[in-house]
Amino acid sequence: MHGPPPEQLLKAKDYKSDVKPIWCAGCGHFAVLSAITKALAHLSLPPEQVALVSGIGCSSRLPAYTHVYGFHGIHGRALPIATGLKVARPDLTVLVTGGDGDGFSIGGNHFMHACRRNLDLTYIVMDNEVYGMTKGQASPTTDPGWEQSRLTPHGTGLPSFNPAAIALAAGAGFIARGFSGDPTSLTDLLIQGIQYPGFSFIHVLSPCVTYHPEQKAWKKTVHEQSQSTTADPVVAAQRIQQSDRMATGLIFKAISQVQQQQHPSKNISLEQISRQFVTHT
Amino acid sequence: MDRKTDMTEAATLSIAIVGSGGSGAVTTGKILLEGIARHGLYALMSRSSGPQIRGGESAVMLRIGQSSVDALDDDFDILLALDWLNVERFSDEIPVTEESLILHDPDKGDLPAVYAQMTHRHVARPLEQLAKSIENGRANMVGLGLLANLIGLPLAVVNAAAHDILKHKGEVVLQATLSCIETGYAQTPDETLVLPLSAPEAITERWNISGNEASGFGALQGGVRFVAAYPITPASEILEWLAPNLEQTGGSLLQAEDELASINMIIGASFGGVPSLTATSGPGLSLMMEGLGLAVASETPVVVANVMRGGPSTGIPTKSEQSDLNLALYGFHGDAPHIVLSALSIRDCAFTTQWAVKLTETLQAVAIVLTDQSLGQARAVIAPPRQPALEGKRKLAGDTDHYQRYALSDDAVSPMAIPGNAHCIYTADGLEHNEQGTPSAMATDHQQQLDKRRQKLTQFEYGDDWAEVTGDGEICLITWGSATGATREAAQRLSQAGLPTKTLAVRLLAPFSTERFKQVTAHAKQILVVEQNHGGQFFEYLNAQRVLPGHAHSLAQPGPLPLRPNVIYNRVMQGL
Repeated sequence: MHGPPPEQLLKAKDYKSDVKPIWCAGCGHFAVLSAITKALAHLSLPPEQVALVSGIGCSSRLPAYTHVYGFHGIHGRALPIATGLKVARPDLTVLVTGGDGDGFSIGGNHFMHACRRNLDLTYIVMDNEVYGMTKGQASPTTDPGWEQSRLTPHGTGLPSFNPAAIALAAGAGFIARGFSGDPTSLTDLLIQGIQYPGFSFIHVLSPCVTYHPEQKAWKKTVHEQSQSTTADPVVAAQRIQQSDRMATGLIFKAISQVQQQQHPSKNISLEQISRQFVTHT
Repeated sequence: MDRKTDMTEAATLSIAIVGSGGSGAVTTGKILLEGIARHGLYALMSRSSGPQIRGGESAVMLRIGQSSVDALDDDFDILLALDWLNVERFSDEIPVTEESLILHDPDKGDLPAVYAQMTHRHVARPLEQLAKSIENGRANMVGLGLLANLIGLPLAVVNAAAHDILKHKGEVVLQATLSCIETGYAQTPDETLVLPLSAPEAITERWNISGNEASGFGALQGGVRFVAAYPITPASEILEWLAPNLEQTGGSLLQAEDELASINMIIGASFGGVPSLTATSGPGLSLMMEGLGLAVASETPVVVANVMRGGPSTGIPTKSEQSDLNLALYGFHGDAPHIVLSALSIRDCAFTTQWAVKLTETLQAVAIVLTDQSLGQARAVIAPPRQPALEGKRKLAGDTDHYQRYALSDDAVSPMAIPGNAHCIYTADGLEHNEQGTPSAMATDHQQQLDKRRQKLTQFEYGDDWAEVTGDGEICLITWGSATGATREAAQRLSQAGLPTKTLAVRLLAPFSTERFKQVTAHAKQILVVEQNHGGQFFEYLNAQRVLPGHAHSLAQPGPLPLRPNVIYNRVMQGL
């Protein structure tokens, strides 16, 4: 358990492993990986005090590419794994990564309750509006008229899920949108999210060049939000609903009222606990 | 009670108390149980209630003995009826004989035919009317006093027990209760019945505990300090007991949004180095199976305490059945070696759960502990639980360079790094991986890791706790879990009837102890496998292990009625 001496500055590369990503050339996730390692370096967090938890999908492969503790779990369950870890080990900085299918479809219930629980976790969702690992099916954020999937040849016909709106309604205290094409701003959002002492949700637009080549155009359509961050959930709700969902920046940051699971440390012996069962003869 | 003295086994007394929801049958039973414990006797108390939150019928069934009581008897010696609401729903569960004594309140209606025809020994007392003469008085406590006098339990002992159980209700309630008990105690019945059991001279330490509390306590003893919880009948009491008690030991409990979350939460906490557990019942265990596969693949130790109920689907949530065995053994996808244990009694819930935690920590493995409603929600007076000898500590990584999380070794248990260790940073993975932990689809890596995960469980020396063998003889009754109590009692009766009978109760169901099992059963001329489910799941499992001779028979009786000793006894007597 020896961290690096405090004077030794860590660089982004110190948080990278030597495992080569499986991602396609041009995938947005490369920039997200890079931004995460830059944010960790900026905060000088000892790698052994950081854990990165993920589910299943292209973006969920990310922990193996970092040099921090990682858990590549099962589809949709990254948040519960991270929640248990954080409650058991509040000393760790716990980050959660995943995709839109993992987080909003199979893991949708956990997303709501993690927002509500407001533990000090940073949840980074790389949204490319598609299931990439299973070769191109519609996800909850896919446009209803997208007909490129063999599974839904007529499109889903369903309105796409608005992650920021759900996060706000469920009680997340920190809601931001970033873009893999703007890694500097993304790094800044990640730093703020990690520093926020409650649940921070960072929705990252991260193009899939294989199944959504048209997302290359996001470089042009993504823009910075016009207003500054609000702490008022009513204002935030209005902005999120009115937005084209391509506006980046820190949308909402509540005055933190974190409900931590910390109890004053007690150390009552098991012998004392067992006395409740002993009968008096 | 002549019938009892005919039996050469230790005499016992069985009492049922019934009434509509809110009549206080359960409270009456709890005070009586505590009084019996204080008097130096052992007892088992199980509850029967409908699924209604309030207002349904409820019944408590006690069996009192001079030594540990692990099964209900075939029928009841005394039935105290506070009223007869919905009697038809539980009369099957409370069989009486012509010698049974029925205590009832004549103002609550005539004796139902099912009981009136069976026995002529009735004691009618106006319990409610007597209670009304006391301010805040309650009929159930008058009934308790009457019952206590009948069975020879000293008034001072009942009063002390009532004080213990009701102290949180305040002085007014307590005083009214004591007056009621005294009034009931003064109602000397016409029938002369005395408690056929005298208290032992030297009384050793006794605990009054439910199976679910015992499971919770065993978890703490094993070192569990994180619990994720999603409520489900009949397992919730494990979690509710743990919530405050875990906090006392510096641990924490989190209520999850569903069972998919709770299993993954404990995996996360255990990855963080904290021994972790969750508790559930069949439907919840089904939801947890994918997560358990992850724990197997990533070699993250976790324990699931599964309190079985009638299934499939929502089934009979408030009644007992041993029908999740197949799920616990075979529910995993892929080749996923894991540990399955069964608790053999209420007292054993503490031992087995503690052993499960220690085994999983030692072997970085998954364990499912099978108990059921009849153990979990029943209370018993027991000797303090025994403890496993196993130290049960995780093998941790030190400061090695070139750390390999899933390294191959002789014992197949590779040192685990805990976050905070700067030398051994790794990523745990549910993907198949190489020794390093890097995802791999290569045949050699898959073969090696499959072998590793199996060998660490099969090579381990589990010791004598794999099963309990009682009695001896050429007849062998083989059982598991809660069926053990009734099976052992049947074996004793058979032995006393001139048919020496051995009981083998298996605690470690998987991995299976083939050689030990064969040694115990080698000379059996007749074998009967006893369990409480419809499909004979344990019998089928033993056949799959190829350890049963062709002449072995199955006695599989589903819930909701308890498995009674005479069913097993008669089956053997009739030549299997």
